[in-house]
Amino acid sequence: METLEKVLTPEEQFQARIDADVRIEPKDWMPDAYRKTLIRQISQHAHSELVGMLPEGNWITRAPSLKRKSILLAKVQDEAGHGLYLYSAAETLGTTRDQMLADLHSGKAKYSSIFNYPTLSWADMGCVGWLVDGAAILNQVPLCRTSYGPYARAMVRVCKEESFHQRQGFEVMQTLCEGAPVQKEMAQEALNRWWWPTLMMFGPKDADSPNTAQSMNWRIKRFTNDELRQKFVDMMVPQAEFLGLTVPDPAVKWNEERQAYDFGEVNWDEFWAVVKGNGLCNHERLQARVQAHEDGAWVREAANAHAAKRAAREAVAA
Amino acid sequence: MSAPLPETPATSVPAAASNQLFPFVLQLADTSLILAHRLSEWCGHGPVLEQDLALANIALDLLGEARSYYQYAAELEGQGRTEDDLAYLRSAVEYRNPLLVEQPNGDFAHTILRQFLFDNFHYHLLRKLKDGPDTQLAAIAEKSVKEAAYHLKWSSEWVIRLGDGTDESRKRLDKAIATLWRFGGELTTPTATETALQEIGVLPDYAALLAEMQAHTAHVFAEATVPLPAPAFAQLGGKTGRHTEHLGYLLSELQYMQRTYPGLTW
Amino acid sequence: MNQSEWPLWEVFIRSKQGLDHKHVGSLHAADATMAVQNARDVYTRRLEGVSIWVVESKHIHASNPDDSEAFFDPAADKVYRHPTFYEVPDSIKHM
Repeated sequence: METLEKVLTPEEQFQARIDADVRIEPKDWMPDAYRKTLIRQISQHAHSELVGMLPEGNWITRAPSLKRKSILLAKVQDEAGHGLYLYSAAETLGTTRDQMLADLHSGKAKYSSIFNYPTLSWADMGCVGWLVDGAAILNQVPLCRTSYGPYARAMVRVCKEESFHQRQGFEVMQTLCEGAPVQKEMAQEALNRWWWPTLMMFGPKDADSPNTAQSMNWRIKRFTNDELRQKFVDMMVPQAEFLGLTVPDPAVKWNEERQAYDFGEVNWDEFWAVVKGNGLCNHERLQARVQAHEDGAWVREAANAHAAKRAAREAVAA
Repeated sequence: MSAPLPETPATSVPAAASNQLFPFVLQLADTSLILAHRLSEWCGHGPVLEQDLALANIALDLLGEARSYYQYAAELEGQGRTEDDLAYLRSAVEYRNPLLVEQPNGDFAHTILRQFLFDNFHYHLLRKLKDGPDTQLAAIAEKSVKEAAYHLKWSSEWVIRLGDGTDESRKRLDKAIATLWRFGGELTTPTATETALQEIGVLPDYAALLAEMQAHTAHVFAEATVPLPAPAFAQLGGKTGRHTEHLGYLLSELQYMQRTYPGLTW
Repeated sequence: MNQSEWPLWEVFIRSKQGLDHKHVGSLHAADATMAVQNARDVYTRRLEGVSIWVVESKHIHASNPDDSEAFFDPAADKVYRHPTFYEVPDSIKHM
């Protein structure tokens, strides 16, 4: 071991620890690129939670029963919590929440494109929980074993809380599908709108995802985009069938040889358009976040000012 | 979600009072629901993530409390209506919440002051109700008073921070006082229903409540370095169905699904 | 005026009586009172705790990873500190 470490560069030692599944902790040495990539990835995830509150928050005041209202509010509130856990994890890497928010607000930092689609009917609350959270969970569960300790611990907490989100979404869909014809139609119409954008959540095809190899080496990504997309389709098609709904892709067909579903090609032009800021709701979503932050500035300042006054008074008294 | 109610609806309230109890329980339910609804409008728009969570927690507490009251009201009425029928299928003039809670969120100072005025009443009322003679109301109050104690702590501290914060926060708090103070008096002005329930001891005397509330307000405002506002002309009417125009908009959103798709299960 | 974000606090929660407080994460708050309340609102929504500690992050002093060999490796060969190091005849009970 002694002799080995003498010939290994810090980068090689770092990689050796990761390969041995040893977690990296905040004060440990890490390559700059690892730190930067993680900050980008974790903050992007945090931003997604934050912006993700908006499309569902949109329906809290219109939820059709008191029970659904409570569930939805608790769920959207959880997303605020998840954003907070993730910002905290990123802060251990030497950035600040203010900096990350500034990057979100300036458009420099990205968030998940799925939240740039509008929620138009109550069934969208079902689809967001069932499909969107379902897709998110596929992404997130492997990250509970990611190489960076604070990130992995945040993800454990997120996944634990997230498990009710998908179930409540499925339950909303199931209630609709077992209800009146108008409810079933509502469910199908929502599925038609959300299916393809959800498939886009896994990101570009592996061939167009140049950073995947490095991220997998660093174990901050544990499956490729295409692997996760396939997993998702395999998981969801039977669930849609159970609900009596039709996935809006005529190419979906069980492939006996592959033991997986074949499915059609995502509309990549639409994918890139939304990523670049041209989705229907990009403008409103970002605007809502900027507005909340700016409207809150005087509140945050007041609390700081009061804390300073109080501390000064206590110092005098002591 | 909602408080489990005792198995046997054994109430020691005279039968004659139960027709007063139904509208009063409904009033409590409407009050908590409407304020929860307003607070839930903040979700995703709070001044800082930590306070976004705090606001949603309060909204969830109030929503849970409202559901317990609606379920009890439905039981008292005995007409087979459900909590959702009561919440979603009544018109503005049938709603019995005080005017204060239907007022729009405004800025954070308005929300905080509205919350403080309500919490101060709510907490002190629940402390009495939990020892009251109506066992179901007492059970709901027993659970809710713990939540209300936290709400009051939270909103009181924010009144202090905003009052003794920056010039701007103070200006905004002053403006909130100018807008909302006139709605505080309704909380402790008994309606005929409340007076009837006070006479048979189901409800506490509001004058005694008011003294406790005023003591707390005086303490908080002193800490906040804000002079106690002069008593304002009390706007009344919400508890008897005479609302401000804000309620109609709120209800049209709240009731949208139930009104558009009548009779379905969600 | 004071434009900076609220200070960062580390949160420790006792999940039930008899257990240690355990680090659960961090949050921002303007003062200690608010930090405790924020911790309650953020980290105990699912009955996770019965007691909360908060410490402003800047007050935490940590060991340096560069020292970890000097700090922690020397304990590795002190096997005699562990009961399993000692052989006790099978016939001896209660030891």
